Amino acid sequence: MMMVKKVGMVSVGITKFMRRAKETAKELSYYAAKMALDEAGITRKDVDGVIIGSAPDAFDGVHQKHEYLTDGSGGFNKPSMRGYVGGGTGVFSPIQGWYSIASGMHDVVLVTTEEKMSSVLPSAQAAFLTIFDSMIERPLGPNLVWIFALEMKRYMEKHGIPKEHIASVSVKNKSNAIDHPSAMLGRKFTLEEVMNSEVLCDPVHLLDISPVADGAVSFVMMSEEKIKEFGISMDDVAWVDGVGWNVDTTMWTNRDLFYPKYVEKAAKQAYNMAGQKDHSPENLRKWLSFAEPYDPFNYKELHHLEGLQLYPKGKAPEAAFEGMTARDGDFPVTPSGGLLGVGNPIAAAAGMKVAEVYYQLTGKAEKRQIPGEVSRGLAQAWGDLMQVGTVLIMKGGRVE
Amino acid sequence: MAAAFMQITTGMFDVAVVEAQSRVSDILTHNQIQHFAFDPIYTRQFDATHHSVAGLEKQAYIHGSGTSEEAVATVAVKNYNNAILNPIAAYGTKATVNDIIESKMVASPLRDAEISEGADGAIVVVLASEKIVNEKDVNPIWIKGISYATNSPNFETREWTTAKYAELCAIKAYKQAGINNPQEEIDVFEIDDTYAFKELQHLESLQIFGKGEASKAALDGELDKKGSTPVNVSGGVLGVGNGHDVNGLQRVAEVVDQLRGHAGRRQIRGAETGMAFSWRGVPTTAGALTILSRN
Repeated sequence: MMMVKKVGMVSVGITKFMRRAKETAKELSYYAAKMALDEAGITRKDVDGVIIGSAPDAFDGVHQKHEYLTDGSGGFNKPSMRGYVGGGTGVFSPIQGWYSIASGMHDVVLVTTEEKMSSVLPSAQAAFLTIFDSMIERPLGPNLVWIFALEMKRYMEKHGIPKEHIASVSVKNKSNAIDHPSAMLGRKFTLEEVMNSEVLCDPVHLLDISPVADGAVSFVMMSEEKIKEFGISMDDVAWVDGVGWNVDTTMWTNRDLFYPKYVEKAAKQAYNMAGQKDHSPENLRKWLSFAEPYDPFNYKELHHLEGLQLYPKGKAPEAAFEGMTARDGDFPVTPSGGLLGVGNPIAAAAGMKVAEVYYQLTGKAEKRQIPGEVSRGLAQAWGDLMQVGTVLIMKGGRVE
Repeated sequence: MAAAFMQITTGMFDVAVVEAQSRVSDILTHNQIQHFAFDPIYTRQFDATHHSVAGLEKQAYIHGSGTSEEAVATVAVKNYNNAILNPIAAYGTKATVNDIIESKMVASPLRDAEISEGADGAIVVVLASEKIVNEKDVNPIWIKGISYATNSPNFETREWTTAKYAELCAIKAYKQAGINNPQEEIDVFEIDDTYAFKELQHLESLQIFGKGEASKAALDGELDKKGSTPVNVSGGVLGVGNGHDVNGLQRVAEVVDQLRGHAGRRQIRGAETGMAFSWRGVPTTAGALTILSRN
């Protein structure tokens, strides 16, 4: 096992997620970044590297938007780098923070993930159209809902999954989000409500999808030496244990949609880096205290749990339906409330998942805190042209 | 390339491939796209073109450094001329200082021939750890320093006379590479010249020349291929063509060719150490720098 320099996350800043923020994208970034700096007890002067994660420019309505965001994100007169792998950005940006520090290039890195979806009128779907292949796919006028309907259908058909099993994820996550102060949604939904919500594109119903939102999440990450130098308590530290990312083909025709191979590859990279060589679901569920897989659609949480090797192929839906993935279940999944409950400001949404891993590991998740010992957690996101998997595993400050 | 460099130096990766490409010819409304890069509340409403922002900056630079129009035109002449010998360059041509100075005024004091024209292209570089380099039969060029920096996105708060991002990059990369006197210790320079005046401004901000001295060097021929400080022997962005996000790797590729002795008729003899510096373009204040060496 090679020795890689230790990198710790020492604070999180997060804004409220909202449908239509009055704040500009810069201001959202500023609130999150300032909160993260204050929580860490440092100032911008202590920061020697900045990562700005944001998905397609069109959402904020600003071309080269990370340049525009540099002052809000604390990147003014600093080495600033953008993180951008679509929906995978929120997990990839702290990975960039990790390699900036583990390489010895920087010591204290401020990472901000931000998205302001409400700038796109009438809807963000119009901007999504521009991400597809201009010759093969764009003429079909695809939107994300029908693309995911294809994938969800394929997943259900392949394993014979009842829709109720998938719908139970919406019920769980939206309910978990009631305890998240940043959440857009704050009420319980019944399985019937999810099942009977409006059909958008069969089999996708309205409540199968996460709500679009505006928001920002920031992190401060540091080398071990700096953590000691600043006298930061190990109770406030989450160590980066493993990172992984992987890209599959952008061609829909060249991947089987029932299983995210790219998530498997990213996860295995992260497990191996963390020294975990046994990738069996039983072992991984024991080794990890919980997981925050990406859930823009309810079936994606299940799809990703299987890609992450946490459940065998086709077995995650039943486990979810039986309550195994509840916050007090056998293996808690998305205790934050996820994108389905907290909201989906693309890059910031996955940033929120990383934030949840930090909160849970440092015992700061308040009403969301998972009962019992929490030593190691995983956040995963998915994006780009729906073929990128990004995985970050962190462990508690005192965990060896 | 900085990202790939960092990934390898973590010890987690051995080989990383970096690609950049431009299909700028697909863009029909370039100015409108650049317009979207302006702050939507403070500056977009003025409907300024991106060249007009560069015009303002040129005015600030030539005024602040005492640079003449002839010196700026000399840079353009040199780079167009250098590009003639570069097989990948799109805009190699013999030009005179008068051709430049008499070209159409685009955004005073910026003239048409001082502005790089778009080009399509792609560049790939492969980075590897020392371990892999030693195992394989390759002709490595080593990264001695690499840095990137951003000044301010706001027109109101950024530096106009100097290129602050270049200054910040230089401080870090010189320290990494152990360079005290860049003009003496570096043999070939590929420095962003998206607009002709930017080459001079960057040379000064990178501490290769003192304030106002780059223009004198240009007029004296020191920046020519045969001069003491050869800059943009490839033809630069003006001569090769503006591939936007590909420009940085194009600077790197030329330095690598020079250090390997693969630059053909453009070859600077005995080049050991080179510098590639790139700028993100209007309206950004972002730059990246690398110092490469045969040793």
